[in-house]
Amino acid sequence: MAKRIDVSGLSAFYGTHKAIDDISMTVEPRSVTAFIGPSGCGKSTFLRTLNRMHEVTPGGRVEGKVMLDDENLYGTNVDPVAVRRTVGMVFQRPNPFPTMSIFDNVAAGLRLNGSFKKAALAEIVERSLKGANLWNEVKDRLNKPGSGLSGGQQQRLCIARAIAVEPEVLLMDEPCSALDPISTLAIEDLIGELKERFTIVIVTHNMQQAARVSDRTAFFNLAAVGQPGKLIELDDTERIFSNPSVQATEDYISGRFG
Amino acid sequence: MSHALQDQRPAPARKSPAPAGLTRGGLPRWAPAGIAVLSIALGCGIGLVADLHSKIQWGLIASLLFIGITYAASAVVENRRQAKDRVTTSLVWVCFVLAVIPLLSLIWTTVSRGMKVLDGDFISHSMNGVTSFEEGGGVYHALLGTIEQIALATLIAAPIGLLTAVYLVEYGRGSLAKAVTFFVDVMTGIPSIVAGLFILTTWNLALGFGPSGFAGSMALSILMMPVVVRSTEEMLKLVPNELREAALALGVPKWRMILKVVLPTAIGGIATGLMLAVARIAGETAPIMLLVFGTQLINNNPFEGAQSSLPLYIWEQYKVGSDASYDRAWAAALVLIAFVMILNLVARGIARWKAPKTGR
Repeated sequence: MAKRIDVSGLSAFYGTHKAIDDISMTVEPRSVTAFIGPSGCGKSTFLRTLNRMHEVTPGGRVEGKVMLDDENLYGTNVDPVAVRRTVGMVFQRPNPFPTMSIFDNVAAGLRLNGSFKKAALAEIVERSLKGANLWNEVKDRLNKPGSGLSGGQQQRLCIARAIAVEPEVLLMDEPCSALDPISTLAIEDLIGELKERFTIVIVTHNMQQAARVSDRTAFFNLAAVGQPGKLIELDDTERIFSNPSVQATEDYISGRFG
Repeated sequence: MSHALQDQRPAPARKSPAPAGLTRGGLPRWAPAGIAVLSIALGCGIGLVADLHSKIQWGLIASLLFIGITYAASAVVENRRQAKDRVTTSLVWVCFVLAVIPLLSLIWTTVSRGMKVLDGDFISHSMNGVTSFEEGGGVYHALLGTIEQIALATLIAAPIGLLTAVYLVEYGRGSLAKAVTFFVDVMTGIPSIVAGLFILTTWNLALGFGPSGFAGSMALSILMMPVVVRSTEEMLKLVPNELREAALALGVPKWRMILKVVLPTAIGGIATGLMLAVARIAGETAPIMLLVFGTQLINNNPFEGAQSSLPLYIWEQYKVGSDASYDRAWAAALVLIAFVMILNLVARGIARWKAPKTGR
């Protein structure tokens, strides 16, 4: 469980437009790494290259290497479907499947990947919902549609759905930006628990959140609008927020940006 | 005591000491209905006095009066802006009524004339041994033919149309998708007689098959396919991209994502579109006339020999021109309308049953 990600010389394109340029970094296993930076600097794009979701976008293209322990995600004969089973993802807006019940939503990843015995499935669903701190709230209405839950509950349902397939790495793309402070707190607590088992990468616009939940923080920036985004620095979160080594980082986190 | 009560009573809105700029006179709530009644009465009165024969003229006069009186009354009592607002509203109402009148009169005519001979016997008997001028006989062979031909046409067109739409939305990029879209659009405009002639030249003349329900079904499926593709395509485009990404991010292969997430989410709309396409072909006469030929007898087998169908039956009966055959034609028209309506209700039922659930 929980693998190290080693990125070297990674660039991503939308058609001919270069979105991120030559990024190299290491993400430690069983830790939370936060990506911060202004809008459009390519943090979400970079996140999506880590489980080959970038190429789902029409025109999406990637150059460079992403090593998951000792396997290159962009090597020849690598199956993107297998990659996504190993590297799960939670999106900005909660997106439970509207045709499925709460139970089916959590079971979706397993069920859509092949048949499963019912008893085993029920056990996995319960474990995943407990893992996402949602079990007590929904255990009496597992057959109700998932879209009937509140926004915060839906997002935890999506996290339960993502961890039900037992990935090694969990990518979170601004998982709290559509949620209220209480739900945000619940998700942040959950991230703290999940990092015992998974490698977690989280994109956030909320610097307090990055400071609260992450062990390491990466700051991305872009030279100008239309220019590709770059990794400015990656360091321990404490160091980034107290004594960053690059001036741009300090300007950004202290609000003196631009 | 009475003083106290009076003080507590809220003052009428118009007399309340609000700033002068916010109050205005208003027409009572029943004003539009009242003006409508008044203008209809005036329209009838003018029609009678001026001795206009056409009731259409009466109606047009009443409509114009309705709009004119509304504007005048509102402009006097209220203000110009409000008057324009009311005129727009009454225009919408007049157009609505104008659109509904032909529809209602069509249903009324069909029901009142069709009920004359429509009974159990009419549904369960064919025209076998009944000459055109006699009373009696029925529509069973035509209803059977319609159901079989439509079922076959749907079996051909629905899978092809559905898969084409899935290709266009989920896979199609570049020139092939553009070409498919273009030809689907062109196919939408194919007249039904052309589709019939196409099957006639290929299936019947070139390959030498005789008339059959199946030949008609092939022509009907040509007419049905573009409608299915178009409606399904629109429905699939409505499925949020986030759901596709959510499924893909779980490590689900694309074909399973489409089958288990995209199609179920859109199934309600797809079913409705399919039923609209069925309704469109249920009334087709020309290709049936060319390819199915028509018969007075019951033919259960759509793959062999001439069959009948409801639109063709209506046309045949009307062509005969006797009182008995006119009655049969209207009754068959009623059966056809009821058949399409039942299909529509079934489709709506499926759509509601399968629609994404939102309840708590």
